[in-house]
Amino acid sequence: MNMRLPEQNLRPDLERVANWIAPASRVLDLGCGDGALLSYLRAEKQVEGYGVEIDIDGVASCIEHGVNVVQSDLESGLSGFESNSFDYVVLSLTLQSMRRIEFIVQEMLRVGRIGIVTFPNFGYWQNRWQILRGRMPVSETIPYEWYNTPNIHLCTLHDFDRFLTAHKMRTTAQMVLHQGRRVNVLPNLMGSLALVRFEFE
Amino acid sequence: MSNHYSSVGLVTAQRAEFNVPLPLANGSTLDQYEMVYETYGELNAARSNAVLICHALSGNHHVAGRYNLDDKNPGWWDTMVGPGKPIDTNHFFVIGVNNLGGCHGSTGPSSLDPATGQPYGSAFPVLTVEDWVHSQARLADRLGVDRFAAVIGGSLGGMQVLQWSITFPDRVANALVIASAPKLSAQNIAFNDVARQAILTDPDFHGGDFYRHQTAPRRGLRLARMLGHITYLSDDGMGEKFGRMLRSGSYQYGYDVEFEIESYLRYQGDRFSGVFDANTYLLMTKALDYFDPARHTGHNLTQALAAVKARFLVVSFTTDWRFSPERSREIVKALLDARKDVSYVEVESVHGHDAFLMTDPAYVRVMRAYLRRVAEGLQI
Repeated sequence: MNMRLPEQNLRPDLERVANWIAPASRVLDLGCGDGALLSYLRAEKQVEGYGVEIDIDGVASCIEHGVNVVQSDLESGLSGFESNSFDYVVLSLTLQSMRRIEFIVQEMLRVGRIGIVTFPNFGYWQNRWQILRGRMPVSETIPYEWYNTPNIHLCTLHDFDRFLTAHKMRTTAQMVLHQGRRVNVLPNLMGSLALVRFEFE
Repeated sequence: MSNHYSSVGLVTAQRAEFNVPLPLANGSTLDQYEMVYETYGELNAARSNAVLICHALSGNHHVAGRYNLDDKNPGWWDTMVGPGKPIDTNHFFVIGVNNLGGCHGSTGPSSLDPATGQPYGSAFPVLTVEDWVHSQARLADRLGVDRFAAVIGGSLGGMQVLQWSITFPDRVANALVIASAPKLSAQNIAFNDVARQAILTDPDFHGGDFYRHQTAPRRGLRLARMLGHITYLSDDGMGEKFGRMLRSGSYQYGYDVEFEIESYLRYQGDRFSGVFDANTYLLMTKALDYFDPARHTGHNLTQALAAVKARFLVVSFTTDWRFSPERSREIVKALLDARKDVSYVEVESVHGHDAFLMTDPAYVRVMRAYLRRVAEGLQI
């Protein structure tokens, strides 16, 4: 019975997120799932952290792995967390399915200094191509049909950048991945998954 | 695991006598007292696997197992404590204790006062959660337990857990606070006072010295318990279980039992008032009312928890309105603000406050997961 999540199983986007996080910092992981990122950060970077998760399977899994987790609905905000109490607040592959984007992103930078989000990049060429052919896109990072998708706020890498600027925030690092690999050429076209690190201006 | 649902089997209560006076919150002392307790599982060589179970208002030391083969009911938390169960007696040395002031064997209002040879009655001091924690710590000393792997309790038991972590930060590795609150609300105190008034105004109460009149304020205690029971269940849960069901199927146009819920409450009240001590009930509700660890830190719970070293698991239940999830979240927020290790689970349940004694799958799963982790930590 191995209770530590093996690090080689860390999702590729989480591995990149982990690289952006300084050792011995405090991290709040929103929608933390089974706690893989926090478990990894604790073991490899002496990070002190908490996860927030609504799904009981994820919560139970976090607890089993010794990851601090608070069961809560992100849509109701982070009122349980003190302002400026974290170095990083991470929201991975969750933004696109949330109702109040402005609210949650502002909450992230209320409780933390640095925000990190990952989301499916709607600008990825396969998505564009399917729309050109008159269909709602279904791709690796958006694996749902239009009628059963939980995603209600899809955006492109550029869109998110503009969103940050409009809210007096700025990107401090960004990266796109495709099939777990970093893509350096034409990121908004070639990357299916976007990672953005941001702060207040 | 084939023994997932097996029991600790037959158990025997034990008794510890204490002759060093225990200073109490009210300024007095309890000069000598006894505490009854039960243990399940084995204390390991490192003495690191002890778990203390703190009981709620009407609970006691009989947490798991049966006293004899004919026993109809096992201990009050037999679903949670036993070999292969979430509080796994294959790994943990589990201690159940009857709190002082109780009526199940530990010194309480119905015990004989050595000074008079008569039951204490009204002479028994009002105790607080802090007093209980101090007395439990003495029992732990007696049993050779310096530090608990976990202290666990629901409701009033959860308050003791919280107090343990504050009073003895070095003696609690894990604190499991279930369906509890950092202090009672006005509404909660109000319910308790109605319960107390029912007892205090019963003509058989005799100012608390009913024992010498060979009677007991059963009517008052019965009402108190009936009221309590309503607050332990959720509206939905009660509706689901009883609805408007009539015992005879039609209206009788009288005041006898007609609705099933009436029958249930009266039965619970009758049964309880026959076995529980009214003074203990008063004392327990008062301990609930007084509990407020932040009282010493300018009503700042975060500060009250500053020295705490335990890791916490806080659990609440969605339909619990007596100790609602909001109250548990206050504890969690204070722990987060104090930068303590804490996990919080809000279990979907229809069972109201009573859910902490039930076996909603998510609840059992989380308890099992947390305690498995604690057990693994012992082996390192």
